[in-house]
Amino acid sequence: MTTEPISTTVTPLDAAPARPLWQVILVRPVMMTVALLIIEPLVASVFWPQSLDLQYILSTFTLTAPLALMALVLTLVIIAGEIDLSPASSMALTACVFAAVQAAGVPFPLAVLICIGLGLALGLFNAFLVVYLRLPSLIATIGTLTFYRGLAQVLAGDASIKVPEWYMGLNLVTILGIPVPDLIVVLAAILLALLLSATIFGRQIYQIGTNEIAARHAGIRTRAIKTALFAALGVVSALAGMMFVSQLGTVRYDLGLGGELQMVLMAMLGGTYIFGGRGSIIGTLLAAWLLSIMTNAMNTASWLPATQFCLLGVLLIVSIIVTNFIYSRTQR
Amino acid sequence: MNALRSLLLRREMGILVAIIVFCIIVGIIKPRFLAVDNLRVIMMFVPLIMIAAMGQMLVLIARHVDLSVGSTLGFAAMMTALMFKLQPDIPFYLGFPVAIGIGAILGFINGLTVIVFRLPAIIVTLGTLYLYRGLTFIASGAKQIDRQYIPGPLKAMSANAPNYWLPWIVIIALAVVLLTYWFANHSRLGRQVYALGSNPVAAPLRGIPVTAVTLTVFSISGGLAGLAGILYASRWGFVNPSNTGWGFEFQVIAAVVIGGVSINGGVGSVLGVVLGVVLLGCVSAALPLLGIPGTVQSAIYGLVIIVALVIDQTVRDRGIKALTTARGVRT
Repeated sequence: MTTEPISTTVTPLDAAPARPLWQVILVRPVMMTVALLIIEPLVASVFWPQSLDLQYILSTFTLTAPLALMALVLTLVIIAGEIDLSPASSMALTACVFAAVQAAGVPFPLAVLICIGLGLALGLFNAFLVVYLRLPSLIATIGTLTFYRGLAQVLAGDASIKVPEWYMGLNLVTILGIPVPDLIVVLAAILLALLLSATIFGRQIYQIGTNEIAARHAGIRTRAIKTALFAALGVVSALAGMMFVSQLGTVRYDLGLGGELQMVLMAMLGGTYIFGGRGSIIGTLLAAWLLSIMTNAMNTASWLPATQFCLLGVLLIVSIIVTNFIYSRTQR
Repeated sequence: MNALRSLLLRREMGILVAIIVFCIIVGIIKPRFLAVDNLRVIMMFVPLIMIAAMGQMLVLIARHVDLSVGSTLGFAAMMTALMFKLQPDIPFYLGFPVAIGIGAILGFINGLTVIVFRLPAIIVTLGTLYLYRGLTFIASGAKQIDRQYIPGPLKAMSANAPNYWLPWIVIIALAVVLLTYWFANHSRLGRQVYALGSNPVAAPLRGIPVTAVTLTVFSISGGLAGLAGILYASRWGFVNPSNTGWGFEFQVIAAVVIGGVSINGGVGSVLGVVLGVVLLGCVSAALPLLGIPGTVQSAIYGLVIIVALVIDQTVRDRGIKALTTARGVRT
């Protein structure tokens, strides 16, 4: 057995060279979205000049707004290391209930309370499965995804339920020329961004997602926080449902069908790390705008919905690959 | 090991008991449920799900999941039907290698994306679920392939041909089950699937070819979904770009988790999945007889998935507790 000569000089390997500032700022997953957000309208404007019209962009975003609202909260859930695929279904269920109880003569304030209470219950049920029964959230929420939409189908059948006339048209109400749903999303984004970056609660969410066991040892009430996040997502899906119903005027059980793809896509395009611990609200917000503009362009080009989903599917996979690639290349 | 084995044994007994109790109860309410006619309804419902469930089982045992089976089924069925439409003289049996091959390629793409980029399978297959569905639309020009283009002999395979005691699609499903049984329990690769799912960290250290095993299970799952696709064309006689296989993944996953396959990987048996599929078949055959509208089905699948997951988790916790106390391990 030969012994290796032990070198006594220590090479300065201890610290990797700091990355240049431009890299720290520019090499981020969200930059892909920013780039697309700039390129996409420019390309589209070659074919349809109105795609650069701000008023047009604002008014079409109202259709994406409910999903965007849920995607913002979903971002928190993903940062905490879990996922929830069911909000689109809970939105459909709460919206159906909201419209159905009003059709049955329940006064409006009570209907709102019922709707929000139901959303809370649905969110808490997810939390019960994931946090207390410790089921993997991916599969558990696939179960609730099917279940909630199934319940909506049981309730509404194949019929469309109408809401009262006066309740319709939230998207037509504008403040300073901006449609209300857009304002709600942007306000929610600002609040959530502050919550995530400037409060202890927000930093704890990141810690849970980075290392849950370490977070628990550090005295963070991981289960309570996760429960709160799932419950919040449930409530927000109810709010999104009420918003959507107002815009559409009627509701069917297939409201927001396939919305889970778009919501996960918004979070992923926004640079949220699928394994938790990284991500930002601003990224999700930008991605939501990007998706809205893209959907418009595809609608104008009269692509079939399934073909659009096809592109969204590819975009989802590409965005996770890019996000993972960038995060694995930059320091943890 | 003994404790674990008896646990599994009890598990499958549980499903069997559930099937029998369910059939007796429904049989008492509606005696027609136990008639031969209705048996045939169940028998025609089961094969497609059974075939895809075998593949899904292997994927779940390897601690992945394949959400794209429904779209894979749709795409393979559409491509095969298009081939028959454009080349009517092609013998119908050539459709099988084509459908299985197309399905296997789609499954391989899933597996490759999961392995190369180290991504969670559920997100990848959520993406490909929509991607493959979209491709089906593009390939078909959003048009349904109607009855007259599906070759007669193919449709006859699932008709109640008097010459055969069982329709061909049931026999094919049985063959797939037997093959899967052999693969999962008696082939080296099959055992490696269990090893990978039981402990993905330890598996490569024990020299298990993780890449090969993962690609194999996804390809098998895709290939079997493709086979289910051509049988769908045989069973229903048409292929529609939006209907064919839509929501199929939830039925398949429901059947597999009822069958006792753990979503935490490494646990699951062919017998359990077969019973799970049969139970699902009985339930869906009983609903119209009991006068429950078809709109309830989706809710029931969802509920069934949740309940099966909860049972799985409870059994797993108990099993771990039983094992640790039996060995005197402090918890």
